Amino acid sequence: MDRPQRVVIVGGGQAGGATAALLRAYGFDGAIVLIGEEPGLPYERPPLSKAWLKGQADADSLLLKPAGFYEEQGIDLLLQRTAVTIDRVARTVGLDDGRMVGYDRLVLATGSRARRIDVHGHDLDNVLYLRDQADAERLKAVLSTGGRIVICGGGYIGLEVAAAARDLGVEVTVIEQQQRLLARVASEPLAAFFLRHHLDHGVDFRLNAQITTFVQEDHKVVGVALATGELLPCDAVVIGIGAVPQDGLAIAAGLECDDGVIVDGSACTSDPCIFAIGDVSRRPVVLYDCSFRFESVPNLIEQAKQVAAAFTGRPAPRPETPWFWSDQYDTKLQIAGMVCRGGALVIRGDEAQNRFAVFHLKGNRLMAVEAVNSPAEFMAGKKIIADCRHVCVDKLGDLDVPMRDMII
Amino acid sequence: MDPSRSASRGVGPLAKVTYVEFDGTEHVVDVPVGTSVMKGAIRNNVPGIDADCGGHCSCATCHVHVVAPWRDKVGEATGAEQALLQFADGVDGGSRLSCQILITHDLDGLVVTMPEVQG
Repeated sequence: MDRPQRVVIVGGGQAGGATAALLRAYGFDGAIVLIGEEPGLPYERPPLSKAWLKGQADADSLLLKPAGFYEEQGIDLLLQRTAVTIDRVARTVGLDDGRMVGYDRLVLATGSRARRIDVHGHDLDNVLYLRDQADAERLKAVLSTGGRIVICGGGYIGLEVAAAARDLGVEVTVIEQQQRLLARVASEPLAAFFLRHHLDHGVDFRLNAQITTFVQEDHKVVGVALATGELLPCDAVVIGIGAVPQDGLAIAAGLECDDGVIVDGSACTSDPCIFAIGDVSRRPVVLYDCSFRFESVPNLIEQAKQVAAAFTGRPAPRPETPWFWSDQYDTKLQIAGMVCRGGALVIRGDEAQNRFAVFHLKGNRLMAVEAVNSPAEFMAGKKIIADCRHVCVDKLGDLDVPMRDMII
Repeated sequence: MDPSRSASRGVGPLAKVTYVEFDGTEHVVDVPVGTSVMKGAIRNNVPGIDADCGGHCSCATCHVHVVAPWRDKVGEATGAEQALLQFADGVDGGSRLSCQILITHDLDGLVVTMPEVQG
């Protein structure tokens, strides 16, 4: 196919920003138009649930690129604009202000949005979500006044907010529907560790709990009522129950979607002129022979490289091991690979010392590693998975055997 | 403006850093004192440094080789950085994670080279 001359990127988050920047870094000299809904320049989102809440990051420090970058690089920014239609025949994107923007290649980087909770009182002023800088700023203001919050959802967002809130002296109760934390995304030993770790920091938990209503006074939540009859008084509620892909534009345009826009290994959708990357895309995972919708920065960077390579005629980059990180209190969690149920687990290190790794195995093939304050185990695992190497299962748990000696 | 913030806004003292891509392409960049070698590359769109984690020493995708004459001044990797680096591709005696090298006046003129792949 011809090299594109005009690339339009829908989505002004980290995925959109990274694609624009990588295209220029790879020597693309055609037109680039970046359409973003938020008022500011593309920025890093992960610190919003960590450093931002504690006042250790500001809008400037999170910018992906400095303000002058886009003009210098000839990247046309259309901010505070929403793409509302795609005409695949005319190859144009229609904006909310009526403008039409033509493309040779379109990149959908529309991300995901916080899943809304279906509980009476969900639309009250102090029911907070965390997705963008405006959300983070509202939450930061609430946390700065002390008091107590209830967090709905014991996933990564909920736990990271809990950690930041405790560091700021706010009282925290986490409500989780499932019987354990991180039920969809982590192993039982890891979930048990984080439960204990948060309990040690004074977080209260209600597991296996159903919320019946948000109790309100003067348009504000003052308590969360549970099915058990318990009432948890609070000054605000934070919802962290997952994210849903913003694939409405793609669905309306008739692109193949299934909880995310379906793409191939070069991030191309069912339309050869339209690509999709980041949280909104459901992509093949070569190392696991499956497809998945990741919500992580490493994923969007890998896909931005795929797109930039495809548009500039570079060879496709090598498939990477999926990975993820989370910081809670002084604990650094790093996960490499995909945590699947049913495999054998080997634990290396000491959970009581806050320093251990959970290895997930199928036979002697390493599938994933969840590493708590264990960077060597993480990094070795990430590499072993990428290279499809086999490991000495019976030595994995032995701290006296260094990780480099695990590879068969 | 708070003077302690001026460096991160790019109006304070600068140091020259030369980034050399794996294919030999050189990028000479002015990096504000107090910011990291990684940020200097990312903010100036120097290719070859991914920085997946944004500078939290959580990955090894900002790996650089400090050229020999600068190694003493830059110092060696320790702790988590060292643990991450031992499994990165193409590690040598000058390997560092560039998010962990903060630019000082002493590092004006620093030269780093990039590996073929990150991670």
